[in-house]
Amino acid sequence: MSKKKALLIDLTLCVGCNACQAACKEVNKLPGDEEKSLSPTAYTALQEYDGVFVRRMCQHCDDPTCASVCPVAAITKMPEGPVVYDAEKCLGCRYCIQACPFQVPRYEWSSTTPRMQKCVFCHERLAQGLPTACSEACPTGATKFGDRDELIKEAYERMNAEPGKYIPRIYGEHEVGGTSVLYLTSVPFENLGFNTSLQTTPLSQLTWNALSKIPGIVSVGGVMLFGIWWITNRRDEVKKFEQRMHDRQQNNGSQ
Amino acid sequence: MKKVFTTFGFWKIVAVVLMTAGLYSTYVRYVHGLGASTNLSDQFPWGIWIGFDVLCGVGLAAGGFTLAAIVYIFNIKRFEPIIRPTILTAFLGYLLVIVGLSYDLGRPWNLLRPWNLWNPHSVMFEVAWCVILYTTVLSLEFLPVILEKFNLHRTIKFIKRISIPLIILGVLLSTLHQSSLGSLYLIVPEKLYPLWYSAYIPVFFYVSAIAAGCAMIIFESFLSSRAFNRGLELNLLSEIARVCVVMLGVYATMKIVDLSDRKMFSLLLQPRVETYMYWLEVIIGVILPFALLSSAKIRRSPNGLFIGASLVVLGFIMNRMNIAITGMEGWAGASYFPSLTEFSITLMIVTIGFTAFYFIAKYFPVFTYEEHHEKEVAHAGVAWKRDIESVSQMAEVNS
Repeated sequence: MSKKKALLIDLTLCVGCNACQAACKEVNKLPGDEEKSLSPTAYTALQEYDGVFVRRMCQHCDDPTCASVCPVAAITKMPEGPVVYDAEKCLGCRYCIQACPFQVPRYEWSSTTPRMQKCVFCHERLAQGLPTACSEACPTGATKFGDRDELIKEAYERMNAEPGKYIPRIYGEHEVGGTSVLYLTSVPFENLGFNTSLQTTPLSQLTWNALSKIPGIVSVGGVMLFGIWWITNRRDEVKKFEQRMHDRQQNNGSQ
Repeated sequence: MKKVFTTFGFWKIVAVVLMTAGLYSTYVRYVHGLGASTNLSDQFPWGIWIGFDVLCGVGLAAGGFTLAAIVYIFNIKRFEPIIRPTILTAFLGYLLVIVGLSYDLGRPWNLLRPWNLWNPHSVMFEVAWCVILYTTVLSLEFLPVILEKFNLHRTIKFIKRISIPLIILGVLLSTLHQSSLGSLYLIVPEKLYPLWYSAYIPVFFYVSAIAAGCAMIIFESFLSSRAFNRGLELNLLSEIARVCVVMLGVYATMKIVDLSDRKMFSLLLQPRVETYMYWLEVIIGVILPFALLSSAKIRRSPNGLFIGASLVVLGFIMNRMNIAITGMEGWAGASYFPSLTEFSITLMIVTIGFTAFYFIAKYFPVFTYEEHHEKEVAHAGVAWKRDIESVSQMAEVNS
């Protein structure tokens, strides 16, 4: 059993060299030059906010919203952390794009056989015991690959070592139940385009609250409907019988 | 007579124009892809095809299970004369939802994948299964009309034998997926504007679908009475209107309780697009028709009924479109307006619906119920009269 892997992205160390995107494109065979935002050909992208570079990519949630909404289970969470997608199964309903709380999935709108595209956490490299391409390429250590537990410990150590430098929060530690991509920053997360009001329990819980009631609705509803039919049908039969008796009496009377 | 012909000719021309435009758009959609044919984007992945073709299409077909429950489960047999056109409306509605989906899905050839690839945690999975099963149920409920045409009475007898379990199944499946279309939005608490987002959105979808389904029964009866020069079952329809009023009342009350529970009343006065659209939806779809159809006088007039029902249908469409589009736009930060291609495909699908209804009703015994069952209906009518008499007698005794 391999431990859950993660990436720790320390925005204070990022210099915006874009080596992560270049390495990502090479490993995942994605075409095109440097891109400034996520796209079907950019699994990661650097966005600049007043001199601070924010690396966007899939958060690889522990309980992924996209995987929970997919009607055909085309998206799955691997035990090592990656959230992966199988285009062969995909219907193209785009519920994953609609549901993702981090607005990550991108769609191949111009294709007639479109796929959803997003970071795959280099799961093939992970299987060979290698780190993700982006973390290997990062020259400053802004993106660090490792076990999730260890990285969270290290993030707290960094925050404690230089009090006041960091915002006292690891983005991704608890968001929607925790993610495999963790962020540290010295600028408030709100100013960097992060949604800081996300709940700490998985979003899939919201739909499960409704879906889990289905067996109850079906069984109670079924019995109730059958019962109503039984009563009303009986009432109808009685009425018909009485009508017949009534008619017969009248006929007898008239004879 | 001449006038009837010219109006019909006018609609024929409209239908041909819409069909031609739709077919061209179909070509654009399948040859050039969703990007070239729609205004959808990663920020706004669901547009009019989901908002109208699916959410409204399924909702407006809710008359099918409502009336089936009234006639066969509650055994209120006097509504039988309008059950066939209602089932036909519902059946066509569901078939067209599937047609609409095949445009919207990026990989429509995988449409039946939920059959063997299961994800019970997905609302979409549940909706897919319910829609597949319920469309099958509806086809069986409608089948006797086709069989009757070809005098296949043995098969009709068999279907009649399984009809009660079939109808119970239909009501259950409808309850599940009508509400689940609302549950689709439970997953986006951050994105859907709070006037519409609620933990009870599945219940709102269910109740409003029943109200809209009732309105559609009236709407469809009115239009077909004109198209086929036949009488209007005013008594029955005004009673359906009463069910509609009750459902609107239930809906409005639940909505008020929900907004107050979530302390969202202040949102009703904020000067923003969502507020205006919400009020428009509520005034057109709930307040006005509730006021109109509550009046017995208006319920007794064909035009009053038609206007009231049309308002409910319109308000229902606005509600679903607001949830799918207006309520999601604010978060997306991108404004979405359907492209001409999207519009024309939706219009083509609606045209197919009207045309198919017209021809099926013309060539199959959809409205000829009365002739076959005149005796039974008369009988039921007598029984009903007797009920009313005994009720009024009771009232007299009590006073």
